This record gives sequence, structure tokens and C-alpha cells, in this order.
Amino acid sequence: MSNFFYSSYLIFQREILSYFSTPIAYVFIAIFLLLSSLFTFYLGNFFELGQANLSSFFEWHPWLYLFLIPSVTMRLWAEEKKTGTIELITTLPISSSSIVIGKFFASWVFSSIALLLSFPLWITVNYLGEPDNGVILASYIGSILMAGAYLSIGSCISALTNNQVIAFVVAATISFLFTVSGLPIVLDFFSTWSGQILTDTIASFSFLTNYSDITRGLIDLRSLIYFITLICLFLYTNILIITNVRD
Amino acid sequence: MQQMIKIKSLCKSFGSFSAVNNITFDLNKGDILGFLGPNGAGKTTTMRMLTGFLKPSSGDVIINNRNMKDNPEICKSFIGYVPEGAPLYEEMTAIDFLKFTAKIRKIRKENLEKTLENVINLLNLKKILFKKIDTLSKGFKRRVGLAQAIIHNPEILILDEPTDGLDPNQKNEVRSLIRKLGKEKAIIISTHILEEVNAICNRAMIISDGRLLLDDKPNEILKKSTSYKSIYIAIEEKNSFDLKNEILNKKISKDVSVRNNQCVIKTNNSKSVKSNLDEFIKKNKFTLKHYSIGKGSLEEVFRRLTSDE
Repeated sequence: MSNFFYSSYLIFQREILSYFSTPIAYVFIAIFLLLSSLFTFYLGNFFELGQANLSSFFEWHPWLYLFLIPSVTMRLWAEEKKTGTIELITTLPISSSSIVIGKFFASWVFSSIALLLSFPLWITVNYLGEPDNGVILASYIGSILMAGAYLSIGSCISALTNNQVIAFVVAATISFLFTVSGLPIVLDFFSTWSGQILTDTIASFSFLTNYSDITRGLIDLRSLIYFITLICLFLYTNILIITNVRD
Repeated sequence: MQQMIKIKSLCKSFGSFSAVNNITFDLNKGDILGFLGPNGAGKTTTMRMLTGFLKPSSGDVIINNRNMKDNPEICKSFIGYVPEGAPLYEEMTAIDFLKFTAKIRKIRKENLEKTLENVINLLNLKKILFKKIDTLSKGFKRRVGLAQAIIHNPEILILDEPTDGLDPNQKNEVRSLIRKLGKEKAIIISTHILEEVNAICNRAMIISDGRLLLDDKPNEILKKSTSYKSIYIAIEEKNSFDLKNEILNKKISKDVSVRNNQCVIKTNNSKSVKSNLDEFIKKNKFTLKHYSIGKGSLEEVFRRLTSDE
């Protein structure tokens, strides 16, 4: 077991270093911060609302992640397949699961760093008023968890192809389905012909539903379990793909 | 002789295409096996199964008495592998990449410096250690690829076309390194450069269409060549066509041809042809312009076996 963690840690370390040794990390972080600020101030009406909270910042995250996260994950496996390094790494004496876990956590930590670099916003609201920092903390946790779910989907899809564009488009589409299934427009469509149970089930599978619960400061165990189960499920599928499907 | 690799009835199909078809062989310590075959013969697929990258459709890969199927991680720890094209993490510096491989290969912290130093000296990597791999020349990239494969001093070394794309000097360096390492290890190199087999291997295999056609020592394979022990002769007194006719008339050999202004007499390894010819030359007091005995050609055997398919 300690072998597993050590190998995962080495993969994690290599991946994190590779993010920061290429322009990917800096471009991603800059775009994320720029877009999230634009959304907060222009679409979210941060100042006009006159409330000392970050809800106008967090509410846009699902839509930002929808295309930013697949841009992080598209290269995770597709690039290894394209360049042939997958042959190098999978013939090392480590398990496929430790590679999948190491890569996933590196991408998760990297995305979290980008998110946490939004801290000037948090300082600003604390300077301007007296926000409920508990809710803000819960929102950060929720956002990180949701990012993890998007990342696990993206990583799994990337393992299926050696084409990064395909990995991006398919991951973004699947993420889109997981996101919009909580929108009223989708739920209304189902509720017109199906029962309440089906509509509720679809809503409960939505990132939006689970995420908005958390950003209201309500860390519901169901939402936590939902995101964690989803991450585990996609990572498990990812491991199966890497172990069994090789071009 | 310590047996390092045992391959039993190895098969691999991709859909209806059979890439490797029932290959069986053993490899011992000290063996340097040249894996020959035309492109698409199944060399890379076989190597990928040996290293645990691909799962065989059927058959077994036994590495150091352990089955790859049951103990992949242990089996992989005995092997150093340079895949086709020697892929590397190009965004890393050479030293970071080697440290990463060494740690994954579980080289202890206290031995890390020494191990790195050894491999850096052996492959002459000092100059480029802190350069990013994507900025290195092909020759250096290949050397970094070899360095990661031997960093843990593996008992088995599998190299897929290790000299492909290198200039003649670099090829020579890699070959002498393989020869040096070969005494202590079991090595498989795949190549379609036949001179490479003569230069470094003590065993050669020819595969085509996924089937093993020949497995022998390179000098034994040479004996299968039709030009093995053929006599190449030219004389001052006659042109080669006249000489050919005379040899045929005197019934010294039935198989005589003219190439590059020399008569090529196939002896089929029979001593009488040579002695009859010598006598004929002596009797007629011919002056020899050229006289040599063919050593056989691996290329010819290769062509004959693989184009028959």
C-alpha cells in the first residue's frame, strides 16, 4: 500500500512540475481569474447587489469549469498516447491505478491553486463588509469538489483517445449534460410527462443542484457523497480503460 | 545458464488481424538477441507483450520465473525498456526525468546520486543534464532513453530499434554500449538493419507475419545463405563470361553466374568443387585477378525467408 502511495506521489509530482514548466499553467490561471472576475463583476453585478458575499463569484463556476476543466484534462492521457510516453510509464513497475490517481490529484491540486488565487476577492468583501466566511469556505469546498468531478470525467474521456480535440469536445459535452440536468428548463421538460420521482432523480444527478446547495452554506452529506462517488466512479473507469484498452 | 525470459505460445490479435502467431522462445543471461523482420512483422507487438504494455491474446510471458499475467509489477522491475522511437517527457530536463525514473524504480535515496552519476558518465550526458529534453538532438534524446532503461541495472534489456535515426557515429556508440552491457544481461534488440545483428548479436530471430521463421546464431544463419562459401573468381587471361562457359563445360559446377566481372561459383559447401577449380586454374596456368570465398549474406536469407511469405 505504501508503494502505491509513493508511486502516486511521484506521478503527482511529475505532473504538477510539468504544468508549471509549460505555459499551460500560467495561461489557464490567468484566463480562469480573468473570466471569473468578468462574470462576477459584469454578469453577477457584484457591486450593484450591495451584499457582502461571493455568491456572484461562485454561481458562475459550473459554466466556467464546463470548458476550462476539459482544457486541462484533454492532454492527461491523449498526449501520452500521441507521444508514446504511455508505453514508457505503463511499463514501469507501478500499477495503472497509481498513475491514474497521481495524474488526477495533480490536475485537482492545479485547478484548486487557480481557484484559491481568487483570494483577493475574498479580502475585498471582507474589507467592504462583514460576509459570512463560513458560507464562503463552504463555497470554496463545493467549487473544488465540483472541479474534481469535472476533472474525473475529463481524465476518463482523455484515456479513450489519442486526439486532444476529441477528448476536449466529448468531455465538455458529458460535463454539459451533468450540469444542465438541474436547470429548470430541463426539469420542466421531464416533469410534464414523467413523475416527480424521475424529475427529482435527474435533478439530484446535476452538478448545479448539488453545488448550489453547498454554496448556500449547506454542506449536505448527500452532495458530498454525490461528488465523491462520481469522482471515484470515473476514476475507476479510467483505471479500467488504462489497464485493458491499449491501441 | 540462467534463464531470464520464457515465452510460451504467444499470440496477439487485433480484431481479425493476427499480429503475433504462436511464438515460443527462451532467452538466457548473456544472450543478445537480434529481432529481425520486415515492417509490420510483429516485432514491436511481441516486445510490447514482453514488457507488459500489451496483454497477449493467449500464451505466457515468464520473466525470471514469474508470469507477467500474475505479477506484472515484479516482472516489470527486472526489465529496462526503450520503446519504439524512444518516447520521453519532453517538457522535463534530462536530470529531472532521470531522477523521476530512478525514484519510480525504487532506487534508495542514499544510492541515488551514485546511480545517476554512473549512468550519466556511461552515456556521456553531462553536457545536457539541465536542458529540456525537447531541445536535445536526436542522438542525445536516444541516449536519455537508454539511460532511463538501464538506470536500475536491469537483468533484461529490451530495445525497440535503438539505433533508428542515429548517425553512423552515434550508432557505433550505442552498439558498443549494448555489447558492453550484454555480458551481464539478456538483451533483445529489434532492428531491420541487418549489419547490426552481425555487429552485436549472438543470436538472431527472423519473424514475418507474426510467425517465428528462424532462431539461430548469426553465423549459423549465414551458412543458410546461398552465397555462403561461393567462390568469386576473375582471371587475367579470359573475360568472366568465357571463364563461366569453360567451368560449365568442364563440369566443375553446374551453378555459375557472372557478377561485377567476376564468376560466382556456388559450391553448396562441397569441397570437391573448390579442389576441382583449383586444379583447373593450376593446369591452365591462369593468373588470378581475384579469388575470394563468400561469407554468406544475412540479407539474402532474410529476403528469401520473408519474401516467400
